[in-house]
Amino acid sequence: MSALIDEQRIESPPESDYKLPRINPHKTSEIVPWLRTPKTIWCPGCSNGTITRALIDAILGLELDAEKVVIVAGIGCSGRIAQYLEYSTVHAAHGRALAVATGVKVADPSLRVVVAMGDGDCSAIGGNHFIHAARRNIDLTALIFNNSIYGMTGGQMSPTTHTGDKSTTSVHGNVEAAFDLSELAHAAGATFVARGTAWAYRQLVSVIAGGIAHKGFAAVEAMAACPVYYGRFNLTADPAEFLKGQKEHAVPASKFEEGESRLHEQYPVGLLHHGERAEFVTSLARVREEAQEALRG
Amino acid sequence: MHIIETGNVAAALGVKLAGVQVVAAYPITPQTPLTEKLSELIEAGEMDARYVPVESEHSALAVCIGASSAGARSFTATSANGLLYMHEQVHWAAGARLPIVMCVANRAVGAPWNIWNDHQDSISQRDTGWIQIYSCDHQQIIDDTLKAFRLAETTSIPVMVCYDGYLLSHTYMPFEVPEQEKVEQFLPPFHPSYALDPSSPANLNTVTLPEIRTDVHGEMAHGYMEIRYLLQEDLRKAVQVVEEIDAAFQEIFGRGGAPLVEPYRCDDAEYVVVGMGSLTYQLWDVIETLRTEGHKIGVLGVRLYRPFPDAAVAAALRGARGVFVMEKALSYGYEGALCSDLKSALYDHIPDKSRAPFVKGLVAGIGGREIRTADLTDTLRSGLVGSIPEPGWIGIQL
Repeated sequence: MSALIDEQRIESPPESDYKLPRINPHKTSEIVPWLRTPKTIWCPGCSNGTITRALIDAILGLELDAEKVVIVAGIGCSGRIAQYLEYSTVHAAHGRALAVATGVKVADPSLRVVVAMGDGDCSAIGGNHFIHAARRNIDLTALIFNNSIYGMTGGQMSPTTHTGDKSTTSVHGNVEAAFDLSELAHAAGATFVARGTAWAYRQLVSVIAGGIAHKGFAAVEAMAACPVYYGRFNLTADPAEFLKGQKEHAVPASKFEEGESRLHEQYPVGLLHHGERAEFVTSLARVREEAQEALRG
Repeated sequence: MHIIETGNVAAALGVKLAGVQVVAAYPITPQTPLTEKLSELIEAGEMDARYVPVESEHSALAVCIGASSAGARSFTATSANGLLYMHEQVHWAAGARLPIVMCVANRAVGAPWNIWNDHQDSISQRDTGWIQIYSCDHQQIIDDTLKAFRLAETTSIPVMVCYDGYLLSHTYMPFEVPEQEKVEQFLPPFHPSYALDPSSPANLNTVTLPEIRTDVHGEMAHGYMEIRYLLQEDLRKAVQVVEEIDAAFQEIFGRGGAPLVEPYRCDDAEYVVVGMGSLTYQLWDVIETLRTEGHKIGVLGVRLYRPFPDAAVAAALRGARGVFVMEKALSYGYEGALCSDLKSALYDHIPDKSRAPFVKGLVAGIGGREIRTADLTDTLRSGLVGSIPEPGWIGIQL
């Protein structure tokens, strides 16, 4: 449900036959040129590499002009992507990625801006930017690496750590409730909301590509595997087991029953919300034109 | 009891012994293990406190401001950009005269990103009205943390205990953990001079006008300028309070004696190297080498940076021909902040300028650049003959 009260919240439904882009994964030899380094600092079993590859696959599949692609990254494990990708990248301060990306987009609306953030970056220290970017419906793609914990600093609880979960700052169980980031994005006004998992690679590429192709604020939640911290404390330290868990927990959005709440062990994946609403940068340009016309009399 | 632990654990144990009631923090390297330890101690029931894992550093200090206003002994810790993100609340805590204690595991600030040690984070908070103490080893971290609470509560001014990220925060050192009973003797329970109390309502930190005026009871009240002057006056007086608290600590625990500046072989020194934090103790080794070569050189560690102990600094340098100030931070566009402060102190306290030493500012260890003892020795050896290569940034490779 949308939390916007303005009449602008009324969205046009998308074309009834809308489908997420289907992209055939590219060969490794086609992916590698878009990576600056064969080495990362990500832990063995981390799925950030999978999500990074899916992003490259989506960009290649959409045949975007690489010179027009800008990746803005925040802080945390996912933030390292700014150092690994062979596109123009900006590494922002913790939580500020969406605000920096907003500046990039308004300065040059022709750029295709993807904002890579972790769950903590996106919904804790940067939570305010997340809801306001969604409310504005600015044409950015937020790609959220959600591993349910702060990985880079060593496994502290984040706003997506579920109640009862263990972390280094909730050793005996988290007392707080977790955000459902996709629902949060939808409520705040995002016009494209989708979720994928590191387990289902093709679907992950597809939801990322759908988000990039969408004109408006797109929130793409990539469920990441963190066997080293989140898994070891709560599920399993075995990366393969962790991914198998994702397979079991993820339910296609079409089969996810209306009104069903998202549980720890069950969440919808695929396209979760899609609509059309006035986009921020376009609206800014329109208002300026109208104002100038009025002044000309 | 002596234990071997990290600097972060030393700080955490100090916080535990101090009987802190509210902890609010956000993860940031290299501070994180400190607050993880506190979270663990609180959950295990070893500390009777509430831990709030907030959504950002800005919120962390805001929670401490609320908790301290309600009369709770409050603590937070951070590093680098976390401290910068707090900045608005850092000023606020001092202006509101709340005795919050914060540990800063010193780290370089972005951009570009860097997670290693220098002092730019806390030096850039110099003008906020907080007391700043720089610890040089793990014993000082735990002792300074305990002293910080008594200092903050005596002066109603928040205190920052700064220690070098990684070099101290993550390394293991033996140190003595004070006994709880003795700590209670040293640090009585927190009785706030004012705390939120529904039976005696008050409005805290409301708008004050440029000119003084009567309050709601019709009495003349301080305006903003008077309130800020009192902060300045109390900070200046705090130099003496730091000495008094150190003396009280020394009486109970037998450690201390140099709470403002810590001179090492300065008595007959013709040249003195000045620094802060762990670098100070590294410099002890360097001057031992130079002493064996016949140079009369000493080290002055500045332990209290704000309020600046100008008289103590000038007194320690009286008689020196030359002073080298070695800093891990800069007031960009001029020179190291400590260097400027020190020159200002000399100007005020050595009336005969012909007897004032020359002062040479040096920069080292920015962004964690390794400070090699051999480089320090070479630099100072050159300095003694007036030929330090420009720009005086030790280890820079342009």
